Amino acid sequence: MSKYFLNYLDELESEAIFVFREVYAQFRNPVILFSGGKDSILLTHLAKKAFFPSKIPFSLMHIDTGHNFPETIQFRDDLVKELGVDLLVGSVQEAIEDGRVLEEKGKNATRNSLQITTLLDAIEDNKIDCAIGGGRRDEEKARAKERFFSHRDEFGQWTPKNQRPELWNLFNGKMRQGEHFRVFPISNWTEMDVWNYIKRENIAIPSLYFAHERKVVWRSDSWIPVSEYLPKIENEQVFTKKIRFRTLGDITITGGIESDADTLSKIVDEVSSMRETERGNRSDDKRSETAMEDRKKQGYF
Amino acid sequence: MKIDKNQLLRFTTAGSVDDGKSTLIGRLLYDSKSIFEDQLDAIEKTSKRKGHETVDLALFTDGLKDEREQGITIDVAYRYFTTPKRKFIIADTPGHIQYTRNMVTGASTANVALILIDARKGVIEQTKRHSYIASLLQISHVIVCVNKMDLVDYKEDVFNSIVHQYEDLSSKMMIKDVRYIPISALEGDNVVHRSENMKWYQNAPLLHTLETVHISSDNNMIDARFPVQTVLRPQNDEHRDYRGYVGRISSGIFRVGDKIKVLPSGFTSTIKSMNIHDKQLEEAFSEMSVAMTLEDEIDVSRGDMLVKVNNSPEVTQDITAMLCWFNEENARPRAKYILKHTTNDQKAIIKEVLYKVDVNTIKRLEDDKELSMNDICKVKIRTTAPLMVDEYIQNRNTGSFVLIDEATNETVGAGMIM
Ligand SMILES: Nc1nc2c(ncn2[C@@H]2O[C@H](COP(=O)(O)OP(=O)(O)OP(=O)(O)O)[C@@H](O)[C@H]2O)c(=O)[nH]1
Ligand SMILES: [Mg+2]
Repeated sequence: MSKYFLNYLDELESEAIFVFREVYAQFRNPVILFSGGKDSILLTHLAKKAFFPSKIPFSLMHIDTGHNFPETIQFRDDLVKELGVDLLVGSVQEAIEDGRVLEEKGKNATRNSLQITTLLDAIEDNKIDCAIGGGRRDEEKARAKERFFSHRDEFGQWTPKNQRPELWNLFNGKMRQGEHFRVFPISNWTEMDVWNYIKRENIAIPSLYFAHERKVVWRSDSWIPVSEYLPKIENEQVFTKKIRFRTLGDITITGGIESDADTLSKIVDEVSSMRETERGNRSDDKRSETAMEDRKKQGYF
Repeated sequence: MKIDKNQLLRFTTAGSVDDGKSTLIGRLLYDSKSIFEDQLDAIEKTSKRKGHETVDLALFTDGLKDEREQGITIDVAYRYFTTPKRKFIIADTPGHIQYTRNMVTGASTANVALILIDARKGVIEQTKRHSYIASLLQISHVIVCVNKMDLVDYKEDVFNSIVHQYEDLSSKMMIKDVRYIPISALEGDNVVHRSENMKWYQNAPLLHTLETVHISSDNNMIDARFPVQTVLRPQNDEHRDYRGYVGRISSGIFRVGDKIKVLPSGFTSTIKSMNIHDKQLEEAFSEMSVAMTLEDEIDVSRGDMLVKVNNSPEVTQDITAMLCWFNEENARPRAKYILKHTTNDQKAIIKEVLYKVDVNTIKRLEDDKELSMNDICKVKIRTTAPLMVDEYIQNRNTGSFVLIDEATNETVGAGMIM
């Protein structure tokens, strides 16, 4: 009988496809939260598989901090065109200009938590009842507690102490008007699984993930790319390093690592020998022990 | 026995509060070198701040603020690790009775349950409750970890007497495969490495046991069941006539050319093709997510089930089941609930509570029929339209359901069909 079991990548793929189809069946107006990072690219790839030969029946939604890597935006626009789906953009820049949120000040300023308001506004304005995210339980200790179908109250809040039981593969997406769900199809994937799968399926990803030369500064223990958005510090030394990024987010806080990995195979090898987690060099998570949990309770991704 | 290194094993922890479940998972991750340096740094810092002399290994899974404040687990934490032999998904669940529903959540998808027992306390009520739940859930393999052996001088007779207590308990339940390991999660004895302190124990330590336990026969490969999630009708010219029924195969094997029956309608047809994305399949099995097309144009929609003509589940509006109740609010007799079974949602009423189980004695309480939080009962349920069911013992996917309260939308109970 040994022929009839799935290897782990097929099992994870099958689980994710099942979740996508449940979302389609249970919700009226779902979107895929698309950041341009590898996890959201993986999500769209899995969604494509789940609904083939139909198009992906959801729009992509990008919560744009305004602090982007130009490559990410290019990649996003190309992908949207290729998939033939709609793109919704929630702009943090506009929220700042409209006075909905207050920009942080100082050299450690980030727009990370400002995304919460923009995300919740975009969900409300577009009458979204389900936002599909690329969160993985292995990323972070608060994420390790998340359900596949995660309920949000009318204020968009998560209550980790009182989550609905979620047994077997029976996902309860029922809610009241004004509430919504966050759904995480790749909950059970690790960073290693993501890379192995990207390699196996040969999924296109932004060049930023591959080692390349870039101007960087050393801040909060990582190499932060120099960009027009990065607040300058006087006399700070700028280096040119061969680096690559393990995660992609706001360009002002996403740290790169020194690397020679310029192919998917080399990345897989590198990731498997890594001694630090991928979020280890994201300064947004380093702010306090419960930074992620606090943001998530308020409605963060 | 051959273990495929590409196979996933899902296991859960269980047992009473403070028996050391989270510490054990921390130890397992730490000794198998599955902890990243920044995670370790963070946990060393927190441990120091809380005044611990050594690293508190439970912090690897107790990630919520409230959990860290109270030093207990509240909700399931999922952790992942890989050894050269296998990939693992761990669900570390709470021991506190108040959070039993989270324990059931973590245990419902597990192949293996680690039941922890404090060597000083032996088998206690929560041990029994969790063991009973594990047996109801049909978790095929139970590994009883007698923990905190360091606090009883690593004595063999303490271990043996707990083994006897547990054998007594498990003989009253349906647990197929039980193994026993004396451990110290705190010190690491018999977790990844063989214990120097318990030379009297001859068998393998925990990790080796997890790496070698045989799980591929746990899936039902006999009864072909395909609950339809939705129907795909692409709006492009190239696939104008395509009508794909998509879903995840619950059990069994389907092949192109198989004669199938649609339930509950009873229409029959033949499988014309199966695919995952652009890959055509001749054969597909549990638990693959596929799309199927049929030779005939028949009415099929979400909630229907495709099965082979010669092997059907029961099609019925009346089921008998073991029901675990999760909600603070008691079950209301004859109130309507939404019953979610495979891809099928139907209104349902609990017609009758047959008996409640006293988890301490595993005896039936025929007089007490009030269903309150954490109770386990045998019930009769009637639904407004037919369900296609198998016994849970035969089939986890088509034998399980949850109940949802229509007023609050909460998941209030979980059932296993008999
Ligand atoms: N001496 C000793 N103490 C242990 C051992 N394992 C765990 N402990 C201690 O027991 C206490 C509870 O451990 P946890 O791992 O949090 O227990 P738990 O079973 O996860 O508790 P809940 O999740 O709340 O049900 C902690 O203080 C641990 O340090 C052991 O093997 N020996
Ligand atoms: Mg615990």
